[in-house]
Amino acid sequence: MNPVSVEEAVAMIPSGASIMVGGFMGVGTPERLLDEVVRQQKTGLTLISNDAATPGKGVGKLFDAALVSRLTATHIGLNPKAQQQMLANQIAVDLIPQGTFVERIRAGGCGLGGVLTPTGVGTLVADGKRLIEVDGKSFLLETALRAQFALVHAFLADYLGNLTYALTARNFNPVMAMAAETVIVTAEHIVPVGVIAPDHVVTPAPLVDYLIANG
Amino acid sequence: MDPQIIIARRVARELHSGDLVNLGIGIPTLVANYVPADLKVFFQSENGLIGTGPIPEQGMAHPLLTDAGGRPISALPGAATFDSAMSFGLIRGGHVDVTVLGGLQVDADGHLANWMIPGKMVPGMGGAMDLVSGARRVIVAMQHAAKGKSKIVAKCSLPLTSTRPVDLVVTDLAVIGFAGGKATLMETAPGVSVAEVMAVTEADLTIPGTVPEMKL
Repeated sequence: MNPVSVEEAVAMIPSGASIMVGGFMGVGTPERLLDEVVRQQKTGLTLISNDAATPGKGVGKLFDAALVSRLTATHIGLNPKAQQQMLANQIAVDLIPQGTFVERIRAGGCGLGGVLTPTGVGTLVADGKRLIEVDGKSFLLETALRAQFALVHAFLADYLGNLTYALTARNFNPVMAMAAETVIVTAEHIVPVGVIAPDHVVTPAPLVDYLIANG
Repeated sequence: MDPQIIIARRVARELHSGDLVNLGIGIPTLVANYVPADLKVFFQSENGLIGTGPIPEQGMAHPLLTDAGGRPISALPGAATFDSAMSFGLIRGGHVDVTVLGGLQVDADGHLANWMIPGKMVPGMGGAMDLVSGARRVIVAMQHAAKGKSKIVAKCSLPLTSTRPVDLVVTDLAVIGFAGGKATLMETAPGVSVAEVMAVTEADLTIPGTVPEMKL
């Protein structure tokens, strides 16, 4: 893990990159990284995020600044700007079930080609997907999802990059921290090594490429 | 009584001690207000919590503790937090005993449509498809009709949430079950007759010999 400034970290992300961003309705989202993505005007992003949050909050800021060209998400109904951009065909949007979303990312991070899920069988979600029967039950083959960058928000990070999360801010963060080429982390608190007991580490340090230093 | 409160109170009677329950947004959220205090029900919030408690008092909210809509909540003693893979493992894996969801349409075969109106409302399905596919028992809590049109239809015209039929629909007028694979009128709301329910229901309902009134 390398400590970097938020400016240096975001400078590594080219326009047009694919990014996974942790958080659920803006809770557990690395806000400082997103503010900097907006300041550096990284355009044409492929965003993989559970939702579109709300304008002004979390990944909602990326829609405010019209930086997203492709989106994979589960629910964007609470962000009117994201809805408008989708209906105006400014963003190509793939809306998928939340359990499928997280399992595709988990598969991407765990070296699996995909997962078999019963969710969506016989619905619009099944269009164009392979149906596989196992022991008489039908499942959809849902392929793995990865990104060039994962932007993750933790509660505690130690000097090595071991991470823990807090309450409902954990959500997609530890799963995404395994599914990208480069993992960039912000933390509420940076603490000395040893403060996080081994049994409490959720994301082990070798998964973290860059930790944003305190400003 | 307010139609939403009739629905919420009646659904609350379906919950048992020890149940792990997921409540959707809207009317389903109200159900928690009518669960008797001595009933030890675990409520799951799919953003990663078992043991959701009431909205915190003024000044006590924590920005990292919210419900699936992003609103501040509290956590009861004994609560547990986890990531989204675990949360949906619980849902899809049959570990959630009861899910209570809102609905746009339920048809005579018990199929639910509740996630999109093509060309009009395309918010995304969120967790709804996983919940209907995986929860042990699926209860739909919704108004019987919207703008004078029955929401209990012969066949769903809107895209289905799942091909798995729901177990129970609770409306402001009736309780409808699907035990035999066909919509069956189980109960009527206080002061509502069987004929009145049939008159405002598009789907054919099987009517048993006796149809008791809802106990609230």
